[in-house]
Amino acid sequence: MCLAVPGRVAETYRENDVLMGKVDFSGVLRRVCLEHVPEARVDDYVLVHVGFALSRIDADEAKKVFEFLGELRQLGELEDPAP
Amino acid sequence: MKYLDEYRDGKAAQALVQAIAGVVRRPWAVMEVCGGQTHSIVKYGIDRLLPPEVELLHGPGCPVCVTPLEMIDRAHAVAEQPGVLFCSFGDMLRVPGSRGDLLSLKARGCDIRVVYSPLDALKVAIQNPGRRVVFFAIGFETTTPGNAMAAWQARRQGVRNFSLLVSQVLVPPMLSAILQSPGNRVQAFLGPGHVCTVMGTREYEPIAARYRVPIVITGFEPVDLLQGILLAVRQLEEGRSGVENAYARVVGAPGNGPARALVEDVFEVCDRKWRGIGTIPKSGLRLRHEYRDWDAEKLFELSDIETRESPLCISGQILKGLRKPKDCPAFGKACTPDRPLGATMVSSEGACAAYFAYGRHLEKVVTT
Repeated sequence: MCLAVPGRVAETYRENDVLMGKVDFSGVLRRVCLEHVPEARVDDYVLVHVGFALSRIDADEAKKVFEFLGELRQLGELEDPAP
Repeated sequence: MKYLDEYRDGKAAQALVQAIAGVVRRPWAVMEVCGGQTHSIVKYGIDRLLPPEVELLHGPGCPVCVTPLEMIDRAHAVAEQPGVLFCSFGDMLRVPGSRGDLLSLKARGCDIRVVYSPLDALKVAIQNPGRRVVFFAIGFETTTPGNAMAAWQARRQGVRNFSLLVSQVLVPPMLSAILQSPGNRVQAFLGPGHVCTVMGTREYEPIAARYRVPIVITGFEPVDLLQGILLAVRQLEEGRSGVENAYARVVGAPGNGPARALVEDVFEVCDRKWRGIGTIPKSGLRLRHEYRDWDAEKLFELSDIETRESPLCISGQILKGLRKPKDCPAFGKACTPDRPLGATMVSSEGACAAYFAYGRHLEKVVTT
């Protein structure tokens, strides 16, 4: 029920004084309310739930878990997983 | 899809499982709060990848599951009234009330429509001025900004034939209720990632401090879940109990300011009953007095309806992490997704429905 899906902002516009946008989910465009993420720009990724963007995805934070795994490997704390 | 596929990467998941195995020394019971997390865990078999010391308990975070039977019956009573056009998220259509579900009402001629967004329900009202359009506004904090926006827009645009039947619940009071319940087994929580995109992480700090439980805000994909489990186990082993954020790509400590301001404007805190569990003080939201003309509970005569849950169902204990689906003699036999007896089987995000969907009722040996 709390399912929320990342999508790319393709277009922004105002409707009834509310910030709206078209968001691209792997080629499927949907109308999304962007009023709660006014900082979102075209080509930003946003997290969408029931037609509302709840947050803008932070690209730097998104990489951190993979950087962390890279560090563990370098420290030799992890063996390379079996192929 | 970007920001999904990379978090389903098998090698990254294996590396995290190894890291968890490298940290864990003693047995721990960790509860994932959200139904969406439970569904992912069972779908990907994450509970079975973990070292035997780490047990996952499945939490109550499925709003469809915990919507009380009385509220489902009220929805049906509203939907049956002449002139009503009833809008609902698809998840609620198959949830049985005391006398069938919304789908069977639709089959009997009631006008019931599935909407993707609360704003779609408002649009239906604007397009059908001669009908009374009621939207079934259920959900956790994640869904409140959408439901609040529909109410706010309706009031602002003067759409008088639109109303909301509100059954909104809040996560933090539920976590406190679990930790206070006799026989509690939860030692750490994987916190509700999408709830926290709206509410932030700070309201979890008093809970972590008071009950000395680590709370790690966690996402929904396998890599997210395993990272959350790693951070929780690390805290447990080190004797720490703080709030950590393993979902920082979408969650910030203050949450979403504009969304919270709108929710505050439209809703106020109230006591709510949870299916399988009972009433928890201050665990829900209702429309404020200023929105009484858009409040279906005030517009329709809805007398209290007598309901009775199945005596076989143990979903109350499952929702608190005290039992597992396979501890229930009715699981997969008298109780299936087609004929659910209680809360944890009514939605695909309930623990029993997830175990059933991925064939665990067919297994002879209990391995979880």
